[in-house]
This record gives sequence, C-alpha cells and structure tokens, in this order.
Amino acid sequence: MSAAPRTLFEKIWDAHLVAPESASAPAVLYIDLQLVHEVTSPQAFAELRARGLRVRRPDRVLATFDHSTPTLPADASGKRPYATAEAEQQVATLEANAREFGIELHGWDSAHRGIVHVIGPELGATQPGMTIVCGDSHTSTHGAFGALAFGIGTTEVGHVLATQCLLQRKPKTLAIHVEGKLGKGVGAKDLILHIIGRIGVNGGTGHVIEYRGSTIEALSMEERMTVCNMSIEAGARAGLIAPDETTFMWLKGRERVPQGADWDRAVERWRALRSDDGARYDADVYIDATAVKPAVTYGTHPGMVVDLDAMVPAATDAQERRALDYMQLDAGRAIAGTPVDIVFVGSCTNSRLSDLRAAASLLRGRRIASGLRMLVVPGSEQIKRDAEREGLHDVFKAAGAEWREAGCSMCLGMNGDIGKPGQLVVSTSNRNFEGRQGPGVRTVLASPLVAAASALAGRIADPRDVIDADTQEAA
Amino acid sequence: MKPLTRLHSRTVVLPFENIDTDRIIPARFLTTTERAGLGRVLFNDWRYREDGSENPDFALNKPDAKGAEILVAGHNFGCGSSREHAPWALADYGIRAVLSSEIADIFRSNALKNGVLAVVLAEGEHRWLLEHPGIELTIDVAGSYIELPDGGRFTFELDAFARQCLIEGVDQLGFLLKHADAIVAFERTREAA
Repeated sequence: MSAAPRTLFEKIWDAHLVAPESASAPAVLYIDLQLVHEVTSPQAFAELRARGLRVRRPDRVLATFDHSTPTLPADASGKRPYATAEAEQQVATLEANAREFGIELHGWDSAHRGIVHVIGPELGATQPGMTIVCGDSHTSTHGAFGALAFGIGTTEVGHVLATQCLLQRKPKTLAIHVEGKLGKGVGAKDLILHIIGRIGVNGGTGHVIEYRGSTIEALSMEERMTVCNMSIEAGARAGLIAPDETTFMWLKGRERVPQGADWDRAVERWRALRSDDGARYDADVYIDATAVKPAVTYGTHPGMVVDLDAMVPAATDAQERRALDYMQLDAGRAIAGTPVDIVFVGSCTNSRLSDLRAAASLLRGRRIASGLRMLVVPGSEQIKRDAEREGLHDVFKAAGAEWREAGCSMCLGMNGDIGKPGQLVVSTSNRNFEGRQGPGVRTVLASPLVAAASALAGRIADPRDVIDADTQEAA
Repeated sequence: MKPLTRLHSRTVVLPFENIDTDRIIPARFLTTTERAGLGRVLFNDWRYREDGSENPDFALNKPDAKGAEILVAGHNFGCGSSREHAPWALADYGIRAVLSSEIADIFRSNALKNGVLAVVLAEGEHRWLLEHPGIELTIDVAGSYIELPDGGRFTFELDAFARQCLIEGVDQLGFLLKHADAIVAFERTREAA
C-alpha cells in the first residue's frame, strides 16, 4: 500500500495524535515543548494548584520572563526599575511557580534569559518535527525550524502543563511559494510585510502556512524566524519552513540538541520532514521575490503595507480613513520623508544578532538625527553578549542610540518602554495596532535596515540610499 | 465556567473591522496575576478619555447599551495576541456572545473556553445586525440559531464539542485528563522508537 503524499504539516500532526478527531470531539495532540512566560501563565498555575494537579512533564517546559521586565539595568543595590509593583510581582510569581512545579526557568541569573521565542531556538530547545506551544501568539516563530508551533490561551497553557496535550481541530494548509532573488537592501522583514499586504491580516485564518520555494531556501535561519514570526499577523495558526542543511548547521552543538551519534540519527530523521511531491494544500499563493522592495506599514494593522518608494495609498473605506487619520498621514504623499520621533530595534521579530548587525552596518561612524530617540534591545542575554563582543553596542552608543537589556520592551510597551501620544515610532516589531506602543503612539513597522536609515535621517528613509552612499565612498 | 444555553439581550455594535486584542485590553493591563476584575479596563482606550472619564461617544457607554450581553463587531474581531485577558475582560464586563463575519482563531478558542459564545455569521446577516444596533436577540446555543424580534432566524456553526462544553459549563481539562492512559501509551511508544 502506497501512502498518499502528505504535507509537512500533516506529517507533524499525524505523528503527535494521541487520539484522532471525530465529529463530537477534537483531536488530542501531544505537545513536545511548552514555553512559558510571566504574563500568560500565573492563572494557569493557579488552576493547577486549585485542582491539586502537578505539571505532568516538567522536562518539557521551559520558562523565562521577558514582557514585564525593565530594559534598564539594576541599580547598585540590585533593585530593578520595574514599571509597577504589579509587574515586579508578576515576575516573582513565575519564579515561585517554577520553583514549586520544578520547571527550568531562565531568570535574572541565567546567561540565557530573553524573549521566549529567541531563547528557545538559541538553546536548541526548538527542534524540527516538534509540536511547540506557548501562551503567546508569536510562537509561530519556531516554525522556521520545521516545528508545528502556535500560540494558545492561558486555559490551554494549563491543559498542556497538566496533560502535555491539547485539544485541537485540524487546521487547513496554505502554501506560500516564493521564487526569485531578493534585491539589495531587501530582507526577510520586507518579504513578510509584502506577503501580509498581499493576503491580508485574515488571509491565513484557520490555516497553517508553509513557506516554500527558492527564496525561502536561500534565507538564513534568523531570516526564516522573522518570516514565520509574523504568520500570526496574517491570522494564521502557524508558519512552517521545511528543515534543511541551513537548519541543521544552525542547531548543531547547541545546548539542548542531541550530540554525537544521536545528532546524526536526529538529522537523518529530520530530513524526512518535508512535504511530499504531489502533496496538496487547501490553498496556494505565489510570490515573486524580485518584486519585493523595502516596505513599511502606513496604517494601524500589519496588512496596510506600502513600498518605501511609493505614495501613501488612498483610503478605500471608512476603516482605512480612520487609520490614516490616526497615523496623521495624507494619501498621495510619499511615505518616505515622514518625520520620526523614535526608532525601536528589537522584538521577537528582529532582535537577533543579524538584525543588530544590519542596523549597526548603517549607523557605524554616523549619528542619529538630533532630537530623535533610538532604543536597541537585544533579544536575549546571549545576543547582548555576542553583540558586545563584536563591539556593536559601541556603534549604537556612539551613534546616539540607547543600548538596553534583553526583553520585549517597546514591541508592546508592557514594561513602560513606550512613546508619548502622537509620536511616530519606526519599529522592527510586529504590530502597529493603535496604542500598541503607548496611547496615541503611531507605529510604522520596518526592517532593521529601514529603521537604522530612518534614525539617521530623522525621517522614514530608504536604506538603499545609505548603502549607495557607502558604496560610492568606498569606490 | 458559567453554562450558556440561551441568551436574551439587546445588542451593542462596534462596526469597526480588525478590532485587535490590544484594543480589547491594552498590554499595560496584563501585569495582573488574576483572571477576575478585568471588565473595568475592557476597551479601555476607547471607553475612557485621557482624564479618566467615560467617553460618551463610545458605543458601550451609551445609556441603552448598558446591560447588553451581545456584542456585534466588525470583520476579523480579536486579531492579534493570544491574551486570554481579552475574553476574560469581555466576560467580566458582562458580554456573553460575540457575533462577527470573521473571528480570529486564538480569540475564538479562548472565548469559548470562558463561556463566551464567539460565532461567525453569513455576511448579509452580519451586515444587517451591524445596521440595527440595540436590537433584541435570543441566542439558542443548543439549536445554533439567533432569533430576531420578528421570529426570523440566523443560524451559525459551532463545533459540537465546544457547544457541549458551553451548555454544560465544563472546562475541557476534565475531558483531557480522561485520556491519561492514552497519553502514557503514546509516550511509551515514542520512547521505544
């Protein structure tokens, strides 16, 4: 009997079925790894305690704190500048829960504390073929490794803590085929913004996206994480990329991956994790990578995307008019040149070493515009150390930017890193919702290169102009 | 979880598309370690003015919206983050049902686990409800229909399992825990491989 061709998603799904779904009940899906942070876990631990339940597999849980944590260092007495006593209490609650339930926590004393979606891969906890969940929608990031990874609510966090399983209806599949070479100054962030602009903020609802094609294969691991990270911004449950040599090379030798002969066996197994020839998806979208340009958002959701060399599009309905009003942007005017108050480089989308290097490459030997504030927030303690070893922190500081401690920071402003009403932030994060970076704050999503170019100009700027100037100078 | 079998209420309408979870409850209110009490910050930055007073123009603040348990919202409600604080805030405020033409996956899943019916209606029916704010509706969960004042009905699809949980007011954890033996067997098989 020859098995029907299956997609990558179906292979992972099938391998984790404890009980298949039926008309009357969803599937019971086994979860290999749960990542936990301070914001979406306290009520789940409380539920376990109330029901007298233990964490079933503490070895399959990894915790850190990142959202409510200050990005300014502790003072001489060791006191950290939390935004509120409640935020400090939330972090203390996770510390207490981790102790009580026997969970590995990467806290203040860990060399690996950081954004949960940055440290999972960094530790090698994220591996191909796994099912991974977290009470955080950007769990889709881990799909870059060919893991089925998705965000869940706190009730479900409790379910997984107690049973290592989740009740799930099987989602549909959407293949996004990307072919061609990305141009100069165009990166993974521009690509995913282009894709969301094309399919819309609900284009992936009910689906798991598989990104495939020569463009995707050519992306580095960190770029793949940027792409998969924003799958949720298209409404998708998860984003997936088939693991390949790039994936294996990146993971090899990391703390939690198999070593020696076990590593070889694991890689052998992982090589089968790709969609079979002839496998069918519920929907397909085709993207020409050569048409992707440096792009930014101009509205109040991540689907309102405009190329940097284009004009702000005219509003087609009341919603878009409202968004343009909020953003104080005029349709028909160039998006480039819009004055900027703050530049934020960070978040689970773009806070990895390559992102920091990209931003630093434009800032080296230059100063950011006067009056502009720039925050650079590495994704983890490890990235912070690696960046400092390369001297990137000196580049940022010499340019006039603030070099901060690892965390989510201004992506959602939970820790007090926010702008003032009316200010415009060019941000390498993932959401430009109204008020996301503080009440009344206007967010423009961009790549690290666009963010750095904009910081130099004090206006939304095209990094290709800075790159061209550098090239001419060198010639 | 409070059982939900039948609901009779006026609607309150937020006609905007893509109402995201940061609109429903801004991130700065997520430092709580409790589930309760979030109703007061539901739609905070819409509901209140900068001085903390109620914004009289916001739909939920209109006198006839007080006590409404059915929210009719624009397309793609609940997009964005996985924060369960969003349905916690809605439920705590008193909203028991959200009707839209599209609802984001994680929000819908979270809502149904907290006794908040979140269902998608056909576009024409949804549009009609948007155009008739404050109308009295009866929602029958078991029958999966909405009854209009003139006796007309809009039907909706609801997963059989989620419907049962809503009607009985039970959390799904009990159902999962019943699979303990199957989970052990699954782990053994995998470890042997």
